[in-house]
Amino acid sequence: MANSDSWGTRVGLILAMAGNAVGLGNFLRFPVQAVQNGGGAFIIPYLVCFLIMGIPLLWIEWTMGRYGGRKGNHSTPFILDEMTRLKFWKYFGVFGIFTNIGVAAYYCYIESWTLAYVYHSVMQTFAGGTQEEVSNFFVQYTTVGYSTTGIPFESIIFYVICLALNTWILSQGLQGGIEKVAKVGVPLLLIFGAFLAVKGITLGDSNAPDGCTDCNSLLGLNFLWEPQLDSLLSPSVWLAAAGQIFFTLSVGMGTIHCYSSYVRANDDIALNAMSAGWMNGFVEIVLGASIVIPIAVGYLGLDWVVENAGFSMAFQTMPYLFTQWGTYLGTIAGGFWFGLLFFAGITSSLAMGTPWMGFMRDEFGWGQKKAAWSFGGIILLVGMPTVLFFQQGVFDEYDYWAGTVSLVVFALAESIIFGWRFGIDRGWKELSRGSDIKIPNFYKPITKYVTPIMLLIVFLSALITPKDNNWEAAFKGNWELDASSIIGKIQNKGIVANKTWFSEYFESELSGEVTEIAVGVTGKTRVQISSQAQFYKDGAGNPRKIYSESKKEELADVIYDSLVVSKTYRFDKKQEILVKEGDQIELRDHLAKGSFIHNMFYTDMAKLLLTLLFLFICYLVFKATKRRERALRDQLDSEGTKND
Amino acid sequence: MTTSALIMMISVQLIVTGITGYFFFKVLNTPPKTDNNDLDELIDD
Repeated sequence: MANSDSWGTRVGLILAMAGNAVGLGNFLRFPVQAVQNGGGAFIIPYLVCFLIMGIPLLWIEWTMGRYGGRKGNHSTPFILDEMTRLKFWKYFGVFGIFTNIGVAAYYCYIESWTLAYVYHSVMQTFAGGTQEEVSNFFVQYTTVGYSTTGIPFESIIFYVICLALNTWILSQGLQGGIEKVAKVGVPLLLIFGAFLAVKGITLGDSNAPDGCTDCNSLLGLNFLWEPQLDSLLSPSVWLAAAGQIFFTLSVGMGTIHCYSSYVRANDDIALNAMSAGWMNGFVEIVLGASIVIPIAVGYLGLDWVVENAGFSMAFQTMPYLFTQWGTYLGTIAGGFWFGLLFFAGITSSLAMGTPWMGFMRDEFGWGQKKAAWSFGGIILLVGMPTVLFFQQGVFDEYDYWAGTVSLVVFALAESIIFGWRFGIDRGWKELSRGSDIKIPNFYKPITKYVTPIMLLIVFLSALITPKDNNWEAAFKGNWELDASSIIGKIQNKGIVANKTWFSEYFESELSGEVTEIAVGVTGKTRVQISSQAQFYKDGAGNPRKIYSESKKEELADVIYDSLVVSKTYRFDKKQEILVKEGDQIELRDHLAKGSFIHNMFYTDMAKLLLTLLFLFICYLVFKATKRRERALRDQLDSEGTKND
Repeated sequence: MTTSALIMMISVQLIVTGITGYFFFKVLNTPPKTDNNDLDELIDD
């Protein structure tokens, strides 16, 4: 069946591309990165990186996609093959399919959380709960077998619903499915985001708990936007900015190539790429920066946010904060927040389905529906371990290898191909064809030299990240690898205890005191390990951490030494607990006895599964190559016969 | 909020909103091309 889809309207294409780029990271990753990297000064390296790395990469990918589409190729293996005419490179293009399957596998799971949380917000599940209860709800939800609604295997059910929805939309095609969803989803996302951003900016200290002196949303905004110019000299800030630009634009995945391959040969791509790219920037900088951090600071204070800012805030903190707005507004805000995340997620996950579909339709003649449902089947197979073994680290393993490392490797390869193998002059001619804007000439040397060098730096910095991301110390000679570096990950440096797949004992992964042993609602025994820290409680009883000496003096009357829960383990009934409350324990002390399968087993299996997936796609590309060669031979034979 | 933070926030948000709006306006106001199919065959690679 011919793969002759095309976009219905230009606005539909741009909204789909913008929806592809806009994801959960715009609302969660960006503000956290900004908080951790110099507040307002982070925006300067962020915008610089967007100009010299983001824009060239967008243009490269749009150009490669449209070029490939014109030749009948809608996925990266044969787009690279067409551009390089070298056999080797098409196997690099495998990344453009592999990444999407690997990421969609766990991304659909996050999407299913947003769907479930919309349901729970509407049903007011979080009403009246304490901050800890709302936070624990997430742990309960991700515990397979435990149900928060009465629906058995709730997290699996929501995952399957979400995946089925994605697959069905994909089966409706480009115009009938993806474009329609983008035209509805992106505007709704903007409306929901604008509502919450206005609320975040105007919240002020009107809802500050008694006794909390730094509970003011304006303090959060101030922290995000106050320029700390000295941070501009820090390499880690620049690397964080480059990383954020890279991930927020969804480059290095193969989705932009695929979407662009359905653009007609002489339609504009330069202006379209700018429009979609800046729309993503708008959502991130204007909306994303005005929601999570200001609202969280408005209730929990700046200290708390600085200490706890992270991805988990979306599901473990925000629902609690919305309940503080009262029944009706809280329900609406919860629905809007998780609805916004859902639309951000689904417009991205739909894009992830198209490279596989494009490949199977091009190379094996599959129909649209068959290609779509096969994608759903693969995601179910590859993604189910992330659902079943979420708490064992499978999700994070997928995110690291498929959602981080693969992207950088592929983007580096494509920038070299575009600038050096395909040729920058040829590439520029292709980009300029049908362009509705004048492309500045200075972008040519930037695309050829600066962008690949920037990507190489990003890759090398990920490969050999120094301990605690301390580049200053590393450049002074103290280059100990961080556990999060690629080499550190391969060496399992982050695993300090339970280093075997199976054992009879479970070791503690940190030192501290056993502060609680209790049976939780999921039926498992919860063992909390806490360590000594200084903190205080505000008037509402919320624990608050102190991170600056000046703050400590200011709040001296409420500061005291206490224990902070550092790690919570959960053990089955069959496992015997070897510690009791009040015990002091050291790293690798035995906590429990029984039959244990450690996280290392699950993460190694995740790595194995991803490797098999990559090899499977390589095999399909090999088969497709053989089919093409055979078709070419048949064509030559038939022409030869005619001539005879 | 301090003055510098306020200036930073407002200026960056206005610039980003302005550029986004400009490009989107340009997209909406550029007439669609009608010569795609004719030119396809002429493209020299």
